[in-house]
Amino acid sequence: MAPVKVFGSAAFTNVARVLVCLEEVGVDYEIVDIDFHVKEHKSPEHLARNPFGQVPAFQDGDLMLFQSRAISRYVLSKYRTDEVNLLREGSPEESALVDVWLDVEALQYDPAMSSVFFQHRVVPALGGMPDEGIIGESVEKLTKVLDVYEARLTKHRYLAGDFLSLADLSHFPETYYFMEMPYAAVFDSYPRVREWLEDLFARPAIKKVVSLMAKDFSG
Amino acid sequence: MSPMKVFGHPMLTNVARVMLFLEEVGAEYELVPVDYLAGEHKRPQHLQLNPFGLMPGFQDGDLVLFESRAIAKYVIRKYGTADLDLLGENSGIVESAMVDVWTEVEAQQYYPAIAPAVFECIINPSIMRTAPTNQTVVDESLERLRGVLGIYEARLEKSRYLAGDNVSFADLNHIPFTFYFMTTPYASLFDEYPKVKAWWESLMARPAVQRVCKNMPTKF
Repeated sequence: MAPVKVFGSAAFTNVARVLVCLEEVGVDYEIVDIDFHVKEHKSPEHLARNPFGQVPAFQDGDLMLFQSRAISRYVLSKYRTDEVNLLREGSPEESALVDVWLDVEALQYDPAMSSVFFQHRVVPALGGMPDEGIIGESVEKLTKVLDVYEARLTKHRYLAGDFLSLADLSHFPETYYFMEMPYAAVFDSYPRVREWLEDLFARPAIKKVVSLMAKDFSG
Repeated sequence: MSPMKVFGHPMLTNVARVMLFLEEVGAEYELVPVDYLAGEHKRPQHLQLNPFGLMPGFQDGDLVLFESRAIAKYVIRKYGTADLDLLGENSGIVESAMVDVWTEVEAQQYYPAIAPAVFECIINPSIMRTAPTNQTVVDESLERLRGVLGIYEARLEKSRYLAGDNVSFADLNHIPFTFYFMTTPYASLFDEYPKVKAWWESLMARPAVQRVCKNMPTKF
């Protein structure tokens, strides 16, 4: 059985999200790098995989997918085992809670963090000056989100309940980069959130993907 | 068994989104008004339902949910029927994966392109009454939307609906924000994308969509 293919380097948060799911279910995969410097992401070959010219794209046999959270759901569903049921399929209530907190990650947590990352790391790399106003607003938004997370994680071990799910794992890529910025201090006021993150970052699957991200980012 | 409750106002986009899927599956529900102009959505009672102080809130017995797309999926899974396979889950993993892909596209590509124009033209000035229209934001939104619609046009050349040949959750999620966009002076943008326009019109023709859109004003 040919390994599945992930198109895009591990340094990209959306690629890392898919990789952590593959590691959790223990499926063989191959990473195919897409070279943004030569605009490979806009090549006809890659646009056939991802019409938005982004990464990741994903191939399993004849099936081609894009959008990291959709790919993640596919991987966790298709390769699910009795031990690794990270979508909680089979329980309408539990799977609904996974969906809730995955949407919170996608629509509230992630945008606030990626906005800070963009200003602090990407803008200077492109020769510009970070917009401290945008950074300030985004950090403010993030603290409001973290207020809710702290309350939630005081009641439950993980976000969707007392079980680990895709909702928790999906937070790791952006958080990994955020923790390398001075704004990471915002987490100091949220002890349960910090514990939850430490728990996640201790997982072998996440450690493996972090090593791939670090290698790619410095390369 | 008490009916499900949706907390919010039917003209709010994400409340309408949940109501649309309740109507599509024909489930019984009660709409509980939230006086958002008076800030009721930021007060403790509503925060119990939606800790982010947003709308809708949702309750099915003891289960409290928020995030409109998550609520809608729950409704479809629990109360949907085999013949209305909006999530593709009755058809197989490939079909449900394609629905997930294009559902993510709506949330991650389409929504960020169309929502700023809708917020600036309608929601901020006329619904939430927080701010007047910022034309620069509108113009950037339209530029981005053109890019997305070009991709949709190519997709709809190849399949009848976004995820395949059957209507799905992915298609219907476009209703609330697009409905309001169509009441702005920029609606004619869709005329440049004939497949997209035809797809939109077929979605609007659905009885459940008609029922929900009746509660959404076309003039402000």
